[in-house]
Amino acid sequence: MRIYVCIKHVPDTAANIRPLGGTAFDETVKFIMNPYDEYALEQALRIRENGAGAEVVAVTVGKEVAVSTLRTALAMGADRAILVKTDAYFTDSAETGCLLHSAISRDGSPDLILTGRQSVDTEGMQIPYRLGALFDMPVAANVVAFSMDEGRVIVEREIEGDVREVIEMTMPCVVGAAKGLNQPRSPTLPDMMKAKKKEIRVIPQADLGFLAPVPAVELLGLQTVPDRGRGSILVGEPERKNGAGASVPAPERGQGSIVEKERLWRGSAFSSRRGKARSKKPAWAP
Amino acid sequence: MGALTAARQDPKGEVYALLPEPNAEACHEVLRQYGADRIVVIQTPEADLSPFPEGQAAVLAAAIDRFQLDALLGASGEAGRDLLARIASIIGAPLILDCLDIDFPSGTVRKSHFSGKTTATLRLNSRPWILGLRPNIITEQIDPRPGDIVVYEIPLHVSKRLVIREVKQGSSGGPDVSEAEIVISGGRAVGSAENFRILKECASVLGAAVGASRAAVDAGFASHALQIGQTGKTVSPRLYIACGISGSVQHFAGMKTAKVIVAVNNDPDAPIFQKCDYGLLGDLFEVVPALTRALGPGRSK
Ligand SMILES: Cc1cc2nc3c(=O)[nH]c(=O)nc-3n(C[C@H](O)[C@H](O)[C@H](O)COP(=O)(O)OP(=O)(O)OC[C@H]3O[C@@H](n4cnc5c(N)ncnc54)[C@H](O)[C@@H]3O)c2cc1C
Ligand SMILES: Nc1ncnc2c1ncn2[C@@H]1O[C@H](COP(=O)(O)O)[C@@H](O)[C@H]1O
Repeated sequence: MRIYVCIKHVPDTAANIRPLGGTAFDETVKFIMNPYDEYALEQALRIRENGAGAEVVAVTVGKEVAVSTLRTALAMGADRAILVKTDAYFTDSAETGCLLHSAISRDGSPDLILTGRQSVDTEGMQIPYRLGALFDMPVAANVVAFSMDEGRVIVEREIEGDVREVIEMTMPCVVGAAKGLNQPRSPTLPDMMKAKKKEIRVIPQADLGFLAPVPAVELLGLQTVPDRGRGSILVGEPERKNGAGASVPAPERGQGSIVEKERLWRGSAFSSRRGKARSKKPAWAP
Repeated sequence: MGALTAARQDPKGEVYALLPEPNAEACHEVLRQYGADRIVVIQTPEADLSPFPEGQAAVLAAAIDRFQLDALLGASGEAGRDLLARIASIIGAPLILDCLDIDFPSGTVRKSHFSGKTTATLRLNSRPWILGLRPNIITEQIDPRPGDIVVYEIPLHVSKRLVIREVKQGSSGGPDVSEAEIVISGGRAVGSAENFRILKECASVLGAAVGASRAAVDAGFASHALQIGQTGKTVSPRLYIACGISGSVQHFAGMKTAKVIVAVNNDPDAPIFQKCDYGLLGDLFEVVPALTRALGPGRSK
């Protein structure tokens, strides 16, 4: 059995992203394996270890530096890796799907393709579906439980409101992993040493015959989202009632705009420095 | 309904509502109220497509072609994402999920990149566009239209290679966290699954959904389905109340676009106070029950 795991090289989720005009951003930040892809890889490794005798191949579309994330994948236990090398950081999702599809189908025929549920950089939320269509395989994403039995895969997928769908698919198929599926392992030092000997095949994007004229979805620019700034802080005792049951101002040392506080906290048991008992319920209260 | 309102923003657009449920007459009036020029009622030989997501996507993809639609809009909650991504993949169309807004004349949309730290402007260069809107990002508006019924019968062979065998209801109950107008979330400081009860009580008087930070989920206080943030759900409610949550970037990734953020924390230096609208410095075990009492049915005038 052969399992392909799609892995993306992305900035650390805690990194500060600094747009540099146009579509550029400061790429000197720390990069990691896309967190959801760790669940995908872990699942593939568990299938192999559970005696299915699988070969696990990690595949990435990205710039040359993405090799470092493939090394991590190899250290975690992938057997070998493929890098489809691109020049630009951003590739349109549809195109990434095509590149993954052609890299994988040139390499061999997959029994199972695992991906994460989404990339944490571009948040495309679609590669598993693109691959499903290109390979003509069934797809389930946002998967939190997985089992395999005689050519069938049974997964549980999380949907709205704490509801799960139990889905049965025929193999080969595509599965998009989510948090909760498993606990990914951390590679040890010896694992990392061993990984250095494993093969990473690098295929330039152009070799796969995709030199996109204009992508269907074109990134025009990136803007920083400003933080809200410091909130108006309210300090006080949650509840202090007088005999008549009305709120009585509690001592308060908050900073920030009191006008704003009044707007929001009218009618709650909290009170601001101005100390008026309030009676109207907030606009958003039921 | 938000998708209908968004579609109406296209100055030249004629708005079709695609309804794969043949017996959902109850919806017709609502669709007219929110601006459907036409309602396409889709009928298939398969009586119930609900166990077959591939079939549902195939009929909607066929309807896009049949009515030569230029764009398909939907909500990108978990179910919407799945359906829209299937449809876009079938027809090889450009897809942008979790859009924050759409500018029809320029064919551009904005969406979050890097977990809400930046906003990307993206241009669609081919049709049809398949777009999913972040739930709650657009306030639906009444704009009555005729909503003429068009029946579209499609002889579809449904593939059975993927079947939904069962739908399991989780234990949380209450409204769904990604679509709720008010969300009240608990973090590590809540301390136990049992203590989440105080948040649930407050949620029920507010009509809110309960959410959780990853620390609370990992500690087993709340189910995975309630996790908000980078590796959890993205929410955009009118009011977000974070209780005993420190305000990590990964948590903010999931709730940054809430209209108003209120933080309850007993540490004046908690990072969340630096990026919220209102901070309540206090112990959540006092503040939350006080809120429940203040806003609950028996509240004093
Ligand atoms: C790849 C990756 C993905 C992640 N994804 C997510 C995600 O999706 N969602 C998410 O939430 N996190 C995520 N995290 C984790 C994130 O970095 C934080 O660790 C997490 O959000 C912290 O949760 P917390 O705020 O509940 O806990 P803490 O950081 O421990 O904060 C607890 C807060 O409660 C306050 N407090 C204590 N007692 C009280 C009291 N009695 N009353 C009021 N306040 C009190 C404290 O002052 C403190 O500020 C992710 C991390 C990584 C690396
Ligand atoms: N450039 C890429 N290289 C390899 N895998 C990718 C790439 N982009 C996305 N994926 C995979 O597809 C999943 C969903 O990504 P996305 O559709 O971009 O949100 C990710 O979790 C990865 O498993």
